[in-house]
Order: sequence, then structure tokens, then C-alpha cells
Amino acid sequence: MPKYLSQLWIVALVLAVAAPWLISSYELSLLGRFLAMAILAIGLVLLWGEAGILSLGQGVFFGLGGYAIAMHMKLVSLPEGELPDFMMWSGLDALPWWWVPFANPVFALVAVVALPAIVGALFSWLVFRRRIVGTYFSLITQALALCFATLLVSKQDVTGGFNGLTDFKTLFGQDLASPGAPIALYFVTLGFVVLAFLGARWLIGSRYGILLRATRDGENRVRFLGYNTTPYKVVAFAIAAALAGLGGALFTLHAGVISPALVGVVPSIEMIVWVAVGGRYSLWGAVAGALIVNFAKDEISSALPEAWLYVLGAVFILVVTLLPRGIAGLVRDLAGRRALVATKPQEVQK
Amino acid sequence: MMDLPLLVGQVFNGFSVASLFILATLGLALSFGLMRVINMAHGEMLMLGGYLAYLTFLLVPGPLAILIALPVAFLGAAALGAVLEVTVIHRLASRPLDTLLATWGVSLILQQAARSIFGAIGVSVTAPGWLNHTISIATGPLAGLTLPATRIFIMVVAVAVLLALGLFITKSRIGLLVRAVNQDRMMAAASGIDVRRVDLVVFSLGTGIAGLAGVVLALLGPVTPSVGQSYIVPAFLVVVLGGLGSMVGTTVAALILGMVSALSQIFLDVSTSQVLVLLFVIVFLQFRPQGVIAVRSRALED
Repeated sequence: MPKYLSQLWIVALVLAVAAPWLISSYELSLLGRFLAMAILAIGLVLLWGEAGILSLGQGVFFGLGGYAIAMHMKLVSLPEGELPDFMMWSGLDALPWWWVPFANPVFALVAVVALPAIVGALFSWLVFRRRIVGTYFSLITQALALCFATLLVSKQDVTGGFNGLTDFKTLFGQDLASPGAPIALYFVTLGFVVLAFLGARWLIGSRYGILLRATRDGENRVRFLGYNTTPYKVVAFAIAAALAGLGGALFTLHAGVISPALVGVVPSIEMIVWVAVGGRYSLWGAVAGALIVNFAKDEISSALPEAWLYVLGAVFILVVTLLPRGIAGLVRDLAGRRALVATKPQEVQK
Repeated sequence: MMDLPLLVGQVFNGFSVASLFILATLGLALSFGLMRVINMAHGEMLMLGGYLAYLTFLLVPGPLAILIALPVAFLGAAALGAVLEVTVIHRLASRPLDTLLATWGVSLILQQAARSIFGAIGVSVTAPGWLNHTISIATGPLAGLTLPATRIFIMVVAVAVLLALGLFITKSRIGLLVRAVNQDRMMAAASGIDVRRVDLVVFSLGTGIAGLAGVVLALLGPVTPSVGQSYIVPAFLVVVLGGLGSMVGTTVAALILGMVSALSQIFLDVSTSQVLVLLFVIVFLQFRPQGVIAVRSRALED
């Protein structure tokens, strides 16, 4: 890749840090929201791009993280001895036992990452250990997303139902309505994006990353070399789930709401679109994809509400058939072509 | 003590749910077995069948409209399936996961198109008089049991489709070609079979059957742009449980999941029973990861 492209990340980072002073507060809140989604997209690069595992159920883990932090904020905003409003409306007289630990801020913070990781590891271990792969696995993850969303809707008395959880006041004693809160939240999100990016890049470059790619390209060959591939895949799934949970929690803080409509079958597939558009083999591609697709969705669905699903469907078909490596692949090809012209023939042959 | 009429009623429901699963899944399973691709827009073929039934009922009023709607929906969905196969699926044949994503794009477009044409609120079809009654048992140990005629009709359609498809695959010349390609695509192509044509025929046959499923679905409830979505995810589970593209496996899997779903609803609400169905599939796969019917093969990967 030519030098000017590989240095672009500095520009991107400077722009991201300066963003609060460059764009309006509404745009900043959107950007923060979409950066939270980008954390999930980074997990998908590891899972889908590197390990070749297509999960159509990332919404479940996004939701687990989101609900974990939302339950905590719901509980701390209550006066002593009272229940969240939707529980009182449904006639509950005591907090369900599994709500109780979320009152503890440390537990809630750990749960944001640990809950999706544990659920993801358990689920994927059950499926991978019987060597269920490819299309079968994707279909099962989709069923998982369907079950999760319908459960959330139908168990209204303990989950808040279709409306989800909303109306948060404070987080760890900080007032969420204060003027500095959105900017602080934005920088926390940006920090996590950078951390997730660097962490994923390190993993992909490590021996573990090589094994993931080998498993993707020829799982049985890796087995013949003496590796049990199941744990590697389970870990990849769990990491992607944890990143999805982290993204979900940050999203919930930015958006002020988490609901079944954000975690079901359709949003789960939309998450795949972000990464497909950006480029499933490229970390920065996935981040860019999450931002581009979501900003486009915001623009198009407010200007022409009817058109969004047509656009989304068409983008899906075109990207998958014509650009399987997404925008990142396109940029690399264009840059590579120019580089080829610039270099001497004997260097190209290397 | 178990309430006998309730139990029998739920078993009956289980068979009717299974019949719907069979109709919705056969096409998926056939093309999955042959081409290893999953068509995510299959649910929209159900939707199309439902809307075609609605249009037929508008154009041809009368008690026998339903019998005209069935072939109309079959042909309409089969034609759309053929277009889809030629334009999208054939291009991605060697990349199953990408096919899944591209056909999801198709499904979004079809849903939005239905929303633009027919509106977001569903349209409904009134079942003709001869289907619009229930058989109720007033005396004996089964007193209180009611069996709606529409549900019996669904089972009749499912059995008829299964028989016709079975005869088609085992007796007809095209069926012979389908079995040959299913067994060994390379050898079939080498011995002069037009593999592309076989793919196309099987795929549009499968979407046609989904069109039939759409007609019977229209008898049960309103046809909405997202009606296919709600049936398609359970149908995918049937494919997973059934094993690679076998008709018998699909049928058995549909019966099992239909029963699990209907019987668990005696004790649980619909959403919990849905979770139970998924758990059942995952547990079942622990014992038989290859599904109900395994295809014997010496190949390491397929």
C-alpha cells in the first residue's frame, strides 16, 4: 500500500478527536452512537473476516450489553424500595432475582462484557463441538436472535417489553443531562474504539490470528496438523460477542434507550451489512462501514422513508456480488493499481 | 390429570403446524441439497403466494377461488424464483454464505415492494364456505374438541404436495436427473446432464411450493409484507434439523418441530415455546449433528 494511504489513520484520529468542536451536538451524538456500533463491527472482522464464521445473531450480544447497563441505570434512578415503572404496571411486587445484582455498578460494568462473552462461548461451544459449520451455524444464530427478541417483547413485566428500557438519569453518580456529558461519553466511546481496534489488530497479527485464518480456509487441514479447532472458534465468537456487548452498552448510553427493535433478526443482519460494505477483511473498513451505512441510513430514511429498505437491499446484493471485500478492498485495489504503475516490473514479480 | 381433548387438539395443531413447515421448507431443503445455498428470500415467496391468493379471490369470487389460487400462486412464485436463480443465486453458487446475504437483500426489496403496492397493513382472504366451518365433537371422551376445516385443508395440501413431489423425484425423467446431480454434481455434468437446467428447475419448483404455502397461510391470517419473515426462521431450523436436502429428513424434522412447538404450548406461552424449539434443535444436534437423515458420503467436506 502506498505510504500516503497508510498514514491516513493519523488524519482520521485527529478529525475524530476534534469532532466535538467541528460538528453540531446532534451530529456528535449520532457519531458517538455509530462509533459504538463500530466496536461491534470490529468484532465481526475477527469473527467473519478472519475466522469465516457468519453470525446472524450479533444483535443478541449487542442487546445483552445494552440491557446490562440499562438495568443498572434503571435501578439506581429509583427511590429506595421502589420498582421500575413497567414492573409496577404489570403488578409485580418484588424485583426478579436476576435484576438484583445489576444495582451494583461494578457487577453491571463487568456484565456488559462478561455476559455476552459467556453466553456466546457457551452457545458456540455447543454448536461448534459437533462440527456444525457454515450455513447451518448462521441459520442457528438467526434463530437465536429471533428467540431473544420475542422473549424480550413477551416478558414485558420483567424486560420492559416492546418499549425496552429508557429514561435514564444518572450513571455512576454523573448526571447524564449535564452539558459536558455527551462530550465525555463521546471520548469514552472513541477510546474504546481505538482500544478495540488495536486489540483486534494485535490478535489478527498473532499466532492465534494465523490459526483462525487457516481454520477459515481449510478447517480439516488444520485438524490434520494436530489442532483442535473448536476452542479457537469459540474464543473468536466470545470475543466478538464481548465487543458487541461493549458496543451495545455504549450505544444505550448515547441513544438513551435499548429495545427489542434494536436487537432482533433484522438489526442483526444490518450489522453484517456494515461490515460487508466496509470490507470484512479490514478493521478500518469495518469501522468506516459502520459509520457510512448508519449515516446513510439516517439521511435516507429521514428524507425518503420508503426508499431506505430498497437502498439497503440493493446495496446488499451489489456489495456481495461485485465487491466481496467491500470499500476497503476497492481502495486497496485502486491504490495497488497506481502503485503497480509506479514501480518497476522486476519489483512487481517479487 | 391430562386433559384429553386438549392433548388431542394440540397434537392436531402440531400436525397442521408441521404441514405448514413442510410446505414452507421443502423448497429450501431441495435447493440446499442440490446447490448448498440457502435462499433468504424464500419467505417472500410465501408472501407472494399469499398476495396472489388475495388477487385471485378478488378477480374470481366464488367457492372454488381457492382451487384456482393454488396453481396461480405456484406459477407466480416459481416464475419469480426462476428469475432470482438466474440473476443472483447462480452467480454466487460457490459462495453459500454470500448467497445467504445477497438473497436477504432481495427479501428486503420484495418486502418493501409489497408494502408500496398493498400497504403495510395486511390484506385478508375469506375462506370459502366449504372451508369455513369447524368439526366439533360434542360427546364421548373427546367432548369439546374442535377441528377447523382450514387446518385439515392445509394437511391435505401438504400430503398432496409430498406425494406429487415424491413421484416426481422417483418416477420422472427430470427427477432422475435431479437425483443424479444431488449424488455427484461433477459426474452428472461429465455424463452430459445439463446441471444448470436441473438447478433452475429444482429452484423454481421449490419457490413454487412456497407459493402454495402462501395460499394456505392466507386462509389462516392476514397477509402482510412481513408474513414470510415470521415463518422463515422456524423453516430454517427445520432445514438444519432435517439434514442435507433430503425430503424424508425435512418431513420428519417438520413433524418433530411442529409437535414440539404445539405440545409445549400446552404449558408455555408462544415465545417461550419458540425458545424451547431452538434449545431442542441444539440438543438434538449434540446427538445427531448431521440431522435426522444423514447422507452417506466418503467425502471429507461437502
